[in-house]
Amino acid sequence: MAAKSKVPDSFDVFIKGLWKENPVFVMLLGMCPVLAVSNSVMNAIAMGLATTFVLVCSSTLVSLLRSFIPKQVRIATYIVIIATFVTIVDYAIQAISLDLYKALGAFISLIVVNCIILGRAEAFASKNTVSKSVLDAVGMGLGFAFALLCLGVVREVLGSGSLLGFQVLPDRFQPWAIMILPPGGFIVLGSWLLLFAWFAEHKQRKNAEGEAARA
Amino acid sequence: MSTAENVQAPVPQVSSFKMIYTLGGVAMVSGFLLVLVFQATEGRIAANKKAAIERAVFQVVPGAEQRRSFQIVDGDVALLPEGEAATGTVFYGGYDASGALLGVALPASSQGYADIVKVLYGYDPNTETVIGMTVLESKETPGLGDKIAKDPRFQENFAALDVKLNEVGDGLANAVVTVKNGAKEHPWEIDGIAGATISSKTVGRAMNASASELLPIIRKNLDVLKAEQ
Repeated sequence: MAAKSKVPDSFDVFIKGLWKENPVFVMLLGMCPVLAVSNSVMNAIAMGLATTFVLVCSSTLVSLLRSFIPKQVRIATYIVIIATFVTIVDYAIQAISLDLYKALGAFISLIVVNCIILGRAEAFASKNTVSKSVLDAVGMGLGFAFALLCLGVVREVLGSGSLLGFQVLPDRFQPWAIMILPPGGFIVLGSWLLLFAWFAEHKQRKNAEGEAARA
Repeated sequence: MSTAENVQAPVPQVSSFKMIYTLGGVAMVSGFLLVLVFQATEGRIAANKKAAIERAVFQVVPGAEQRRSFQIVDGDVALLPEGEAATGTVFYGGYDASGALLGVALPASSQGYADIVKVLYGYDPNTETVIGMTVLESKETPGLGDKIAKDPRFQENFAALDVKLNEVGDGLANAVVTVKNGAKEHPWEIDGIAGATISSKTVGRAMNASASELLPIIRKNLDVLKAEQ
């Protein structure tokens, strides 16, 4: 986004949310649901999809209306739009499964204040065409879901010895209860961040070495 | 984000009317959408809630195939018609296929380690025992306190837990208590879980409070519960 003159093509717009600007691992946004509902794979998938849905719908609408919305009331308008889609998701999850609704608890309604969504509306959708905004939202949403899944898999396997409810580790394995508890969320998130930071540094060093060799 | 992006462009002056139109319009469309979604999902959500209650009732009253809702108002039991809002404590009757009363499912709750623990337990008026228990809501520590919901040995306590009324009929003959793991001697004692002392005591306390309050009322009104429908 730094180079404004160079318009990234649509693939770049899509892929940057998944990887280069991953909302969780790179931008560290929306940590609250990431830590709270990543204790099982099912919760992670549901939360990821719910957030992606809200993100895509609100980005589309914000982008469609971007020339009508007066600057002074834009944030209020975005919030109304986002809250509408969150409430829709809320009803939809209740209709699909009450158990899932209970597991996600207050974090469904809290999608309204997830800064990824308002952030994308303000920073991207309000300045770009609808098709690009949708791509950006899908990329960011899937990036968020991917991050939740990364945490969810580790936490469920170690914390309950199962994956999506099916036992994957032998009975001998004593589940690490801490992984399902809040501290486990922090430990796993920290480990993933470490891994990602190490990757980024490794790549940077390689690039620098390559340039030095050329010079 | 680059600094260039953060520099705000001068905001053009817009009339207040335009702002009101925009916000009002968006809010109206939102409201319309929400009503649509609410109506579309209302039936499914109600069916889910009913199914969840039925699953719990059939679990604590083994063998039950039908359920009726009742409520206690001013010390009397009254049938609660489906879909009507309750004014008193709600409980459920479990019946077999021919409509004979097998047991009642009663709610109980008490402060646990983390938050209020809500359970539903089955009561058989013929044998005056608790015949099943399921945890409806608990935030007890995973791996420790949440064993009250899953531990099979703890669940065995509620296969035939004695809750006989005293001679006057206004309370329990013997209070339900949770004892230390392995120390159960009497049929009205609950064998606690080692490592989940507070949570298992919570279940005992909740059940004792609920049973001493509700069972005398239920016994007085058994004919209401057994009435053919």
